[in-house]
Amino acid sequence: MSQVNRNSKAKGVNRRQFLATTAKAGCAMGLLGLGVSGVAKQSSHLDPMAIRPPGALDEQDFLSACVRCGLCVQACPYDTLKLARWFEGAPTGTPYFTARTVPCEMCEDIPCVKACPSGSLDHALTNIDEAKMGIAVLIDEKNCLNFKGLRCDVCYRVCPLIDNAITLERQHNQRSDHHAMFLPTVNSDTCTGCGKCEHACVLEEAAIKVLPAHIALGKTATHDTYINTEETTLEMLNKGLTL
Amino acid sequence: MTNGMSNTKMKTPGADQTRFAQAAIDELGWWRAHKFLFLRRASQLCVLLTFAIGPWMGLWVLKGNLSSSELLGTIPLSDPLVTLQVLMTGHLPETALLVGALLIALFYLLAGGRVFCSWVCPVNLVTDSASWLRRKLRLPRTAEMPRNLRYYLLALVLLLPLVTGITVWEWVNPVPVLYRALLFGAGSGLWILAMIFLLDLFISERAWCGHLCPTGALFALLGKASPVKVSAVNASACDNCMDCFEVCPERQVLKPALKGDNPMIVDSDCTQCGRCIDVCAQRVFQYQNRIALKAENNQ
Repeated sequence: MSQVNRNSKAKGVNRRQFLATTAKAGCAMGLLGLGVSGVAKQSSHLDPMAIRPPGALDEQDFLSACVRCGLCVQACPYDTLKLARWFEGAPTGTPYFTARTVPCEMCEDIPCVKACPSGSLDHALTNIDEAKMGIAVLIDEKNCLNFKGLRCDVCYRVCPLIDNAITLERQHNQRSDHHAMFLPTVNSDTCTGCGKCEHACVLEEAAIKVLPAHIALGKTATHDTYINTEETTLEMLNKGLTL
Repeated sequence: MTNGMSNTKMKTPGADQTRFAQAAIDELGWWRAHKFLFLRRASQLCVLLTFAIGPWMGLWVLKGNLSSSELLGTIPLSDPLVTLQVLMTGHLPETALLVGALLIALFYLLAGGRVFCSWVCPVNLVTDSASWLRRKLRLPRTAEMPRNLRYYLLALVLLLPLVTGITVWEWVNPVPVLYRALLFGAGSGLWILAMIFLLDLFISERAWCGHLCPTGALFALLGKASPVKVSAVNASACDNCMDCFEVCPERQVLKPALKGDNPMIVDSDCTQCGRCIDVCAQRVFQYQNRIALKAENNQ
């Protein structure tokens, strides 16, 4: 009897013990996995004011690729980028910037992208003007000075893609009836989301803000053929045209 | 220190020795009885400082943190565990990350896998302090979790990216937390280290590094074939004082070496911290290079 015992002890585990510990450990890991995934999913929502560095993949892909090493943060010559802290609106350890505090200076050689070892900042981005960090939106027309008929123009003047990403659209001023208004208008196709406009806005709280593209942009339905109305004929519509 | 010696009359029966490893201190001197402990702390601090002099003083030797870094602006280094997680999400990273992970894996393959745990990892500071405090407060032994839980956790950590598509473990991974706090000012993640400290101190002895950490588990797997090992070369001199068992973070690795046929600690759970060498008054343990040893024996 003692011989048998010694043998089973020497082997360390017997089948019953093995199954029991495996089952227990499996359950514990299952629970832990659920918990950690829950925490991760819950806190993976990016604050709309937190902007990813240039070249960042879509948020879901970014979170699968980013190793949170901070090489982009240390590569940034303007101290724009930060690593997110716990409880702070971006998944812990991932890089972001707040445009109102320090905007992206749009370096031509894009050092942050070059430093990224994981490709969560896409190395295919070589022209910073093609970056899509977000889209500037003139979100508060009521308080924007230009909408009051003044010539503030600051957001327009600081835009690195002036007259392209932000234009001033001339309009008749209905209030005075003989003045003009110059309304800052963002072209979402060319805006890089660098945030210089938001940073420079003279109001206490910026009237123009950079938002993530998925919040800033609308999207036409795929079946919608009005996208190309001038070339679309009634006949094509009736056929159920796909563009 | 000598005051403690004269103050031996304590009520608890087991408390006749005033200080842990007093025999070794008497025999080897205080310095030699803490030699590897100090060398380890120096090594941990050196790695940390090599990273820290970048952001603190503008001397860029190592950029990044323990998850991924760049040595002297050219050589990529990255944590194999986070690289594996990224691969498991289905994202194909830049070659820098892959090469970096291979370099680190190769290094620890040669240096001995869990050498990372005891000589580099900042969490070791936290868990060693918890263990030290346990000993000081004479907290009772706790029920032990199975040691192989870490391999289950490793499997979980690698499985979760497959299911969720994101590197879930990196939200709570304690290994990069201290570096993030010191190098990037992201101190609010320190709650994770506080949790581990409390877990190790009050709930279960050596719970994190010795039972759960998936990073350690991966390095243990890497270190199976490493040439450098601690060996109980003088096992016959062992007087069963149990000091090494008291201090060893992986005490299950000691018995086969001390009482079995092979004096070498071949179990890859051994972190090669060398504390057993420090605290042994009988000078039982030594670091040995098993490949050199084999070559010698063949001659």
